[in-house]
Formats: sequence, structure tokens, C-alpha cells
Amino acid sequence: MSKIIASAAIRGAHAIVNRADSEWQLAMEKWGAKEPVGFPNTAYYLPIIYGILGIKIEKLGEMQQVIEHCKSLLPPPVKEKHHLPYLAPALDAGMATFFAEEIIEAIRYLKTPDFYTKSEDPTDENIWLGAADDIILRKRGIEFVDGTAPGFAAILGAAPNNDIAVSIAQELQQKNLYVFMCAENEGKRFSEQLVERGVQIGWPTRLVSFGPDVSAAVFAMGFATRAAMSFGGIEPGDYRKILLYNKDRVFAFAMPLGYISDEWYANAAGAVNWGFPTIADTPIPEILPTGICTYEHVVSNIPHENIVSRAIEVRGLKVAVAEVPVPVAYGPAFEGERVRGDDIYLECGGGRTQMVEWVTSKNMDEVEDGKIEVIGSEIVDVEPGSKMPLAITVEVAGREMQEDFEPILERQIHHLLNYAQGVMHIGQRDIAWLRISKTAVEKGFQLQHIGVILHAKLHQDFGRIFDKIQVTIYTEEDKVRQIVEKAKEVYATRDTRIEGMVDETTDIYYSCTLCQSFAPSHVCVISPERTGLCGSYNWMDCKAAYEISPTGSNQPVAKGETIDAKLGQWKGVNEFVAKASRGKVDHYNFYSIINDPMTTCGCCECIAAVLPVCNGVMTVNREFMDMTPCGMKFTTLAGTIGGGISTPGFVGHGKYNITQRKFLSAEGGIKRLVWMPKMLKEEIADRFNVRAKEMGTPNLLDMIADETIGVTEEEILPFLQEKGHPAVSMDPIL
Amino acid sequence: MSEELKNRSIDPASIEMLEKAAQENIRTVFDRAEKMKPCPIGGEGSCCSICAMGPCRVPLAKGKEETPEEKTKRTGVCGATVETIAARNFVRKIAAGTASHSDHGRRVVEAFKLMAENKIKDFEVKDEQKLLNLALDLGIEIGERDNNEIALDIAKICENEFGKQEGELIFVKNAPIKRQEIWKKQGVVPRGIDREVVELMHRTHMGVDQDYKSLMLQGTRTALADGWGGSMIATELQDVMFGTPTPALSEINLGVLKEDMVNIIIHGHEPALAEMLAVLSHDPELIEYAKTKGAKGINLAGMCCTANEIMMRHGVPIAGNYLQQELAIITGAVDAMVVDVQCIMQGLQEVARCFHTKLITTDERAHITDSSFMLFDERKARESARVIIKASIDNFTNRSKNIRIPQIKTPLIAGFSHETINYLLGGLYRASYRPLNDNIINGRIRGLAGVVGCNNARTTHDSAHTLMIKELLKNDVLVLSTGCAAMAAGKAGLMLPEAAKEFCGPGLAEVCETVGIPPVLHMGACVDNSRILVAATAVVKDGGLGDDISDLPAAGAAPEWMSEKAIAIGQYFVASGVFTIFGTNWPTLGSSDFTNYLFKDMEAMYGGKWAFEPDAVKAAHLMIEHIDKKRKALGIDKARERVLYDMQMRREMEAV
Repeated sequence: MSKIIASAAIRGAHAIVNRADSEWQLAMEKWGAKEPVGFPNTAYYLPIIYGILGIKIEKLGEMQQVIEHCKSLLPPPVKEKHHLPYLAPALDAGMATFFAEEIIEAIRYLKTPDFYTKSEDPTDENIWLGAADDIILRKRGIEFVDGTAPGFAAILGAAPNNDIAVSIAQELQQKNLYVFMCAENEGKRFSEQLVERGVQIGWPTRLVSFGPDVSAAVFAMGFATRAAMSFGGIEPGDYRKILLYNKDRVFAFAMPLGYISDEWYANAAGAVNWGFPTIADTPIPEILPTGICTYEHVVSNIPHENIVSRAIEVRGLKVAVAEVPVPVAYGPAFEGERVRGDDIYLECGGGRTQMVEWVTSKNMDEVEDGKIEVIGSEIVDVEPGSKMPLAITVEVAGREMQEDFEPILERQIHHLLNYAQGVMHIGQRDIAWLRISKTAVEKGFQLQHIGVILHAKLHQDFGRIFDKIQVTIYTEEDKVRQIVEKAKEVYATRDTRIEGMVDETTDIYYSCTLCQSFAPSHVCVISPERTGLCGSYNWMDCKAAYEISPTGSNQPVAKGETIDAKLGQWKGVNEFVAKASRGKVDHYNFYSIINDPMTTCGCCECIAAVLPVCNGVMTVNREFMDMTPCGMKFTTLAGTIGGGISTPGFVGHGKYNITQRKFLSAEGGIKRLVWMPKMLKEEIADRFNVRAKEMGTPNLLDMIADETIGVTEEEILPFLQEKGHPAVSMDPIL
Repeated sequence: MSEELKNRSIDPASIEMLEKAAQENIRTVFDRAEKMKPCPIGGEGSCCSICAMGPCRVPLAKGKEETPEEKTKRTGVCGATVETIAARNFVRKIAAGTASHSDHGRRVVEAFKLMAENKIKDFEVKDEQKLLNLALDLGIEIGERDNNEIALDIAKICENEFGKQEGELIFVKNAPIKRQEIWKKQGVVPRGIDREVVELMHRTHMGVDQDYKSLMLQGTRTALADGWGGSMIATELQDVMFGTPTPALSEINLGVLKEDMVNIIIHGHEPALAEMLAVLSHDPELIEYAKTKGAKGINLAGMCCTANEIMMRHGVPIAGNYLQQELAIITGAVDAMVVDVQCIMQGLQEVARCFHTKLITTDERAHITDSSFMLFDERKARESARVIIKASIDNFTNRSKNIRIPQIKTPLIAGFSHETINYLLGGLYRASYRPLNDNIINGRIRGLAGVVGCNNARTTHDSAHTLMIKELLKNDVLVLSTGCAAMAAGKAGLMLPEAAKEFCGPGLAEVCETVGIPPVLHMGACVDNSRILVAATAVVKDGGLGDDISDLPAAGAAPEWMSEKAIAIGQYFVASGVFTIFGTNWPTLGSSDFTNYLFKDMEAMYGGKWAFEPDAVKAAHLMIEHIDKKRKALGIDKARERVLYDMQMRREMEAV
């Protein structure tokens, strides 16, 4: 810490703690100690206070102990002459700053409930989103876990002009980073600058407008703190582990733009505790010696054109950026961007026209690598606001190519096209839907660029399994119809083949340790009938991933001798799990919720829990925010069972897994399912009904309770009895 | 100022008092040193006075080479070789040094036990955290027990360390694993503190151990019983009972004496009495009493290591280091010089006789003829201290007009215990040695040096300390200091954060600026050299710099040493793996074989070795050379590439 920075940070911390104290006292006068306080929809209370101090703040009065603690942390000002050592006191002052700012923000939720939108996207009237709730945490957290988003930039203030703001934001997006924005500089805020220039902000585009004040920095820090608890499985209050987890695994940094006030310094000092350095555009003192952060702590006076690359280097982050030669920006950060209304130049599929995507393998001599053809009209040939039919056919060839990889490559089309700025893609196969924006077309985007993207990215990500690729894009109605028909036949054959695969006749399963960057002791093992709990990886995906990257996160696991066929436990799997979990877990069962169920990192799509009174099992998807009959919301459940531990009575699983034959088969399968949120029932209804029929209870879904029936066991039991739900009369589950 | 005075000290306050002494015809240690040359035969370790057949003097005859024939001539009456004689003399110093620190430690344990038994009310557990950590280290149950119950268990275990006959000293296991293995292999793990000292005295009796290597093994075992035994116990329990030092601003040099106040100097080594005096010097009743005698108040100042103890814990100013003890009295403003044990010159009484100053001895173990003896009894700590302060106040009215206090003092920041350094490098939530290790690895800090030890009237007062430290700082070596060496650095302004820019190389200056520390860290009294061992071990344990103290780019020095304690400290540093260099003179030069053993062979045994170099700047460069050698061995002598992490690398990381 340089003396100037430490002095300023300590002054800033005093000001912030004093403000928190006086706001708290006013709030106490108005509402009293018992008034509930907190951030919306989270099981982590005020997450920094909860994570670092282990204190659950649920009522206004409980903030007192935190304010007292803040005061005890505040060091005296740094003396001009013969000062005492200041690094540690300044770091402590930074911690007090965050505790105090969480209190300030929590009181703001109380005082002005509509101050923040509490949503993923800004609204027309309000761009400030406020704290990320647990649904966002889990949804976005997965991107941190699997590496799609290696970290975040916390931007304070505003760029000198809107152009610079847009270019910094875009560069960060292209480097796959989240951009968390707060605070103002000379009356301007970075989020506002982006909005003024028509940039789409919000969680889906990774440009997160947390709040207008510097205190909104706690939403970024709280996100990071929760990641350590929810994915790292670190106990609240184990502050050292939480902070080191962030230093090692969450690649975040602060980027203050403009004049750095005492309060900004206080926040920057706090962030250093997490290992997050500061990269400034102003000529403030630098702190180059390393130690608390991995590399430099403060680097300053960086020109805007270099600031993003310098920040990434200072944080010690390696970002692989795909070079895709298209005229628009390209990267995962643009995946969530929408194209709508007047901005649509061209729309294909989505029920308005036919659209299809089909990947097929060919012989080596039938494919000319890099050949891209558009047959029919190109974008230049049509007016803005047009609709066209569209078929995208991708032909690949290579010695390592297998038919089984076709659907995997095909599924990539969705996100690969979405990564292009101004291109929106929904669905797959013959239900695909594509929109291309006017802005993209203005920049020169044409249909042929779809081919360019697929050629470049598929080569880059899957180059090991094929050698050549060519793309043909059809926009003539007849041609498209022909391809749809051909493709449908192929889809049906593929489905039958995959459906036919069973665990018993498969000797090799695949591991998935993708999440170990965040949950170091968790290991998934994926069999044909137990798809990955995150919903992203099935057996075939893992197989392909292994072929592509033989030393990567997906390794073949010879299941070996069967220890228990009913529970789904194999010797080979156990041995692998013991090793890959670094000795933390030595066995688990694939098909049971009662007996040593499989572990979860916390990224699971759904969590099932035993309901003893109903003699059954409930499951809840992570989008469902409300209470469930097991007495916990999804987020509490995830917090309880995440982090790579096996918790009898609870198991994480994917949505698709519910309709796979082995789902909870040790306890009787889906016949045990007594409660699901309505939204989940609707989502999986088609497949569920097929499976229920197979089980001999075709109307099972109607017997399953949901939140409209009740959210306690007592409330739903009469319904189950009345409907004659099979679980009620099955053997006792416990 | 005469050239002669300049050779005596580099400290202007001391020179001013030496001038006053000369004018008033008062003889000091400096005069006596000039008058009496050191005995050249004893000085090189070639005089044996162990039995009454001697003393036998066995120096190498002038102008002769050390041929085998010459060597056979150089034996004592009993046939003891020059190696045996030099080694016996040397290890007896270790025995005396170890006995001194350990007897200090024993007294601390006694007071600690009385406190734990609730038999004294003037002391209490001040650092609960350290108490609990200590209990954990010693395997003592904590549970719901109160502090004194836990403290009593600690006291019993530590008490037992002195009289233990078998097994291993308990703090040995605080050393790096590899270091413990080396000690086991060499057979030098101490069994019990007293036993090692006694055995060493036995072995050096006429006609017992007469092989220098064997003598040195027991010498090493005894020294380890000091550093990882008696001294460590003293420091640890003092911290629990009196508080672990934290950085505080204070002042040093004779200018801290105040003409209009009752000046009490507390001089010696043990902190218990000093603690009580520090508390009572603020006692309103006593201050009032001082006023009735015409003084404005009570001014307590320290001297020697007692000074370090109470400055580290209470910010009490320091009047000066070892060679300034007589000079303080020569100001004419010292109403009482209160002393306990160690490094108290008998000459004080002679100087005090020229003034009104009362020399008050307080410890049964340390009487001085003609001094006033006022026993300090830990059981009645407050009362004993009150009696001493009152006597001092009473003496205020006896002052003559012959008062001259040099208006020279320097501010300093002190109080760097191991625990504090750990905190200072990362704050409450991220405390660790990581930033230190990181910056050693990246080369901003070239290495670490412990510069410790005494003053010696045979060399210019404070000169070697400051020359050596400044040379080290210029070369980016962070200096840890204790004892009188620390005071020399303090007087030279090297313990101020502002010194970093002025004296350090750019890398070290940058790190000091980052943490806000001075480039020389005051770690306490000479008994607190154990803090340096603990800190070195913490550096090893934080990782990246090898797996033993001997792997660290670090060195130790005592450029102005004089006491037997210094030899004991030096030997436990060497045996802990540290390259240790001494100045002034070297007490084994009479035997080239034994000296070679200390200066060369020991490195193969312990990874550390002794060296002797009276030129402080040259000595500093030997230390730097050693540091560079260690950097090279660690592979950190070249700049490293920055590692950028991708997701795969993050997956491979172990959980924290």
C-alpha cells in the first residue's frame, strides 16, 4: 500500500462506516430492531458479512454488532510523519468498508424497495439491477465454473466519453469477462454511457449495471463471496479460505475510471483482500510489490486502449480469444443479447418460416474445407424486416469423425451463432429460430458469415475429431423443405440409438471435473442413463470431449466390477472418484437418493429431496424461487448439498435425468415423485408422460402435486391420497 | 571534537558526554579500554585456566608457521592440545550464555506460574490469543477453562523444560521438519536446558571431553537449549503476560532524559520489574510526591535490553545502549539507575559516586558492591516498584547544578514480533508471510539479515552496526534487529519508515513503502532472538523458499559483540542453518583446526557456519554473497516469467 493510498482508504472507510452508522440509527428509529432486512431471493443473507464474519443479518437490529465490528476495525488516520505500518490497517479498513456498504445497501432496499429492478435486465425506467439473486448466481456461476467467463471487471465511474466506454465494454465482453458497474465520475456513469450509445446492458450481455453509487461495489464482492461458499463449499465465517479461494479462482479486478475519491480507495483496499487488484486510468500511486494479490496491487495511468489487456495481465489471467473473421464483435458475452422489434433486419424460423440445422459426416474427398455457399437470396438481396426460410447444412469429414459426434457438433450451432453481436439464435434442429439485427447488417454481416463462424469455431474447438468442414446455406423454400425432411429422418434414427443405450451394457463411463476450478473436490461420473447434473453434458458429449482433448476434464472411467447393481455402484468408478476428489469422496451411488447419493458441485439444474411423510421424493428446479415441501428453497438446498459432498436424502440432477430410466431407480424411480414446481412439470411433460406410460402409470404427472396444491408435506399428502399416487402405498422410503 | 573521541563513538550524544567526562576527569569504559589492551593469548582462545597446573598459555610462537612440529609444542601441562583448549574456552562461553538467557526464562516461568496460581495480582494474561496458541502448540486442553488454568498447565510444562533429564525440548518441534531431522542426525537435540549446561561444564572440566568435535556437539546442543529452549520460553511467556509487542512510536538516546523530572533509568534484561515501573511511573500519587520534591513528574527511560522490552510493549523511551550506561549518569540528571541482571558494568558505581545518582540493584543474583540493594519481589511487584520509585524521587533533591543532557534523540518505530509481522503483511483477514516470500522470490528483497548483538569498547561505538546495516539496506536486504544493535540502528534513524527511501535499494524501498514499515525491524531484546527463529520458520513454512531455514537467502551478524550470550546466540543460529558473521575479535583464532571446523566444516553438518570479519562493510558483503548463493540454489537468481492462469490450471490447483 502506498502511503497516499492507505491514508485515503482509511479516510474513506471512516466516512463510509460513519454513514452506515447514521443511516442505521435513522432506520432503527423509523422501523425498529425487528424489521426484516436483506437482499432479495438469497440464502446468503448479506453475503460479505455472512461469508467473512459468519453473521446472518435478517433483522435491522442485528446490524449493530457488525457496525461495532466495523468501528473496531477502523484504524487511526495515517500520520504525516513517522507513521506506523499501514498496509494491514488499510486492508482492515477496506473490509470495514464492505461490511458498512452492505448495510447501506440493505437499508436502501428497506427505504426504497423499488430502487433496484431486482431482475436480469434493466427496464425502460430503471437501469439499476441491484444485488444478483441466487438464481442469477447459479445460472451465471456455472459460466465462472466451466470457464466460459473467467472472471469479472468491476468498473467504477465513467470513461471520458461514450466511445471509450463502449470500446472498453466491448473489449471486456470479447475477453469473456463480466462487467460489473457502479459509481459515478463527474456526473457520468459507465452504465449510462453504454445505454446512451444503445448498447444492450443487463446480465444476458454480461454488462451488469449494479447501481449508481460506489456502495453497489458490494454486489460484485458479494457475488464473489457467494461463489466461494456455493461452489467452493467453504463454510460461512471461514474468511481466510473464502478470500484465498477468490484470489486463486475468481479472476476479478477493479477498474476505476476517473477521479479516485477516498471512498473509492477504501473499496479498492477492501477488494485487495479478495486478491482483486486495481487498474486505473488516472495517475495515482502504484503498488507493484506482490503478495496479497497474485501480482501487482495497483497499476495506474493506463491508456484506455491498453487498459483491458493490462488488467488481464495484472490479474494473471489467460484468456483464449477466438479470432473469428466476421464484421461484428464475437464472444460468449454476446450470447444473451436480444434482437427485437424495429431492430430486426432478417428473421428465419420461429414458426414464421421453416428453418433447419443439420450436421452430417462425409468422406474426405466429398468435403472442401472452408467452402461456404449461400444458395438463394443473401441479406443484401432483401429489405430490412424480411423473413426467409433457412437451412444450414454442415458437412464434415475426417479420420476421427464418428456419426455419434454429429449431434454434438450440431448443438454447437446455437451458441456459436449467438456469440456474434447482433445475431440471436433460439432452438435447434428443425425448430431453430434466427434473427439478425440491422446494426449487424450495417456493419456488413451476411448469411455467409454463419459459415465463416461455424468453420472457424468448429475447427478451433473440435479440430481433433474432423479435418474438413464445409457449410451450405439455403434460403430457397423448396430446398429448405427437402433438407428438413431429410434431416428429420436422421434425427429419428439418432434418437432411437441414444435412447437405446443403457448403463448395463456400457462398460466405459465418463468423468466430468470441469467444475473443479471452483469445486475442487467434486467429481461427476456420467453414464448413458445418468446425464450430468448441470444438464450440459450427456455421456456422448463427454465421449466426444475426451476424443477432442484426451487430457481434459472428461476422462473415460472403466466402471469395473459391479458392487451394487440396484444402487448403481461400481468398483472402477469408486476408485476414480477417490482419486479425482483428492480423497474427499471414496464412493457414491448413481441411482439412489437415500444411500450415499452422488455429489454435486452446486451447478445442478434440479435438487431432489426425500419427503418422509409423503413416502416420496420432491424435486425442484433452480428457476423456482419459492418454498418447497422439504422446508427449503432451491438456493438453500444448493447451499446445503453443494461443494462436493454426498448428502443422504438429497441429490442434485439434471432436468433431462428425471425422464431417464435410472432416475432414483433404487427407490422406485419416478413413481416416488410426489411434488414438482408447475413450471418444471410443464417443461418436461412430453417426455415424462412417455416414461410414465412405460412404468404403467400413464397419468402419473397429474398425481404429482405442485405449489398450487401446497408447499408443505401436510398440505400435499391429502392430494396424493386422493389421487391415489403410487408412492403413498409403496414400501417405506426410509 | 578530538579525533580520539570520534574513534570512541559515532553517536554525538555519547561524544558530548565523553567530553563532559573528560572535563570532569571521570573515567569510563572507553578510558579503561584504552588503558588496558586485551590479552592477546586469552583473546585467541589459547589460555587454559581450567586446573591449577596452569594457567597454560599455548599461542603460536611469533614468526612461526603452524607446522606439525610447532603444534606438538603447543600443549598444556596435561597435554591438552590447542584445539581442545580453544574449544573448551569457546563452549564454556556457550554454557554461560545459555545459562544467562535460560535463567532469565526460568524467572519468567516462575512469575508466570505465580500469576496462574493467582498468588500475585499485579500480573495477568495480557495476550489471550497467544496464550491459546501456545496451549494448542503444547497440546493443552482449552475447552471452557479459564485463562489462568490454561496458563498453569503451560507454566508446569515450561518449568519442566529446565530440569528435564530425557526426551526432547518441546519447542524443538516448532522448527522446520527438515531442521529437526538434521539435529536428530547430529545427535544435538537438547534434552533439558539445565542438563545441557551442566553436562557442558562437566565435559570441560579438567580431563573429560578432549576432542574439539565432540565438545562442539555438546556446545551445539547447549546453544539449541538456549535458542529453542530458555530464550524461546522467556519470549513466549513474556508476550502472554506482558502483551505481544505491536508497532509503536518512541524515542531513543540520552536526549530522552528530562532536566525538570525525576529521571529513572531501568537497565538490564528482565522485563518484570520494568513493567511495574512503567505502570507506576504514571501513578498520580507518586507523580504528586515527585512534585513535592520540586520535580514536574517521573520520567522513566530504559537502557540495554530491559529498555527494548518496555519500549516494545509500552513505548517507554530508551536512553541508550550498552556503552552509554555510564554516560547517562554523567548527564548528572539521573536520579536512579535501577538494574536487574546482565551487562551491568561494575564501573557504574564508580561513575555514580561522582554524582548524586543512586545505583539500585534489585535482584538477589546481581549485587554490586556499594550499590543500594532494593529487592524486587514478584509476589509484591507493585510494592517493590513503589519503594524503588520513591527512593528515586527522594534522591531528586540531591542533584547538583552540574547537569548537562545532550539534546539529541531520534524517533523510532519498534515492536515487530513474529505475530505482528504476520498481521502487518496482510491484515486481520489475510495475515501471512506471503508478501514477504513473494518479494524475496521476485527479487525486490534480496534477502534477510539478522543484525544483533552488543557494543564493544574495543571498536567504535555503534559504528559497525550502522555501517553494516546501511550496506545491507543499500543492497535490498531487509534487516531484523534486536538488542544493542537495534538501538544503534534506532539512533541512526534507520527505524523510521522515512529511512526506506533514503537508505534502501529501490526494491526494498518499494516493499517498505507498500507495507509502511521501516527497513530495519526492531524485534526486541537479545532474548528475543528466538523471534527471529520463529519468523524464519514462518518464512520457510509459507513456501517457495526451500524447506529449511538453511535454504533461505538469509544471514546473521553480531558486528560489535562482547558477551558470552552472543556466542550462545551465534551458535544456535549456525545450528539452525544460518550463516553467522561476527566482528571485533574472534576467540578461537589460536587454533586453526578448530576455527576451520567452525568456519567451514559446520556448513556440511548444519547448513550454517560461522565467519569473522571485523570490517563491517566487508562483512555485509560476505552476507550478501551468501544470500546470493542461496538465491541461486533456489533458482530465484533470475527474473521469472509471469504465469497467466487458464481454467485448466485452476482445476489442477489444490483446494485451500
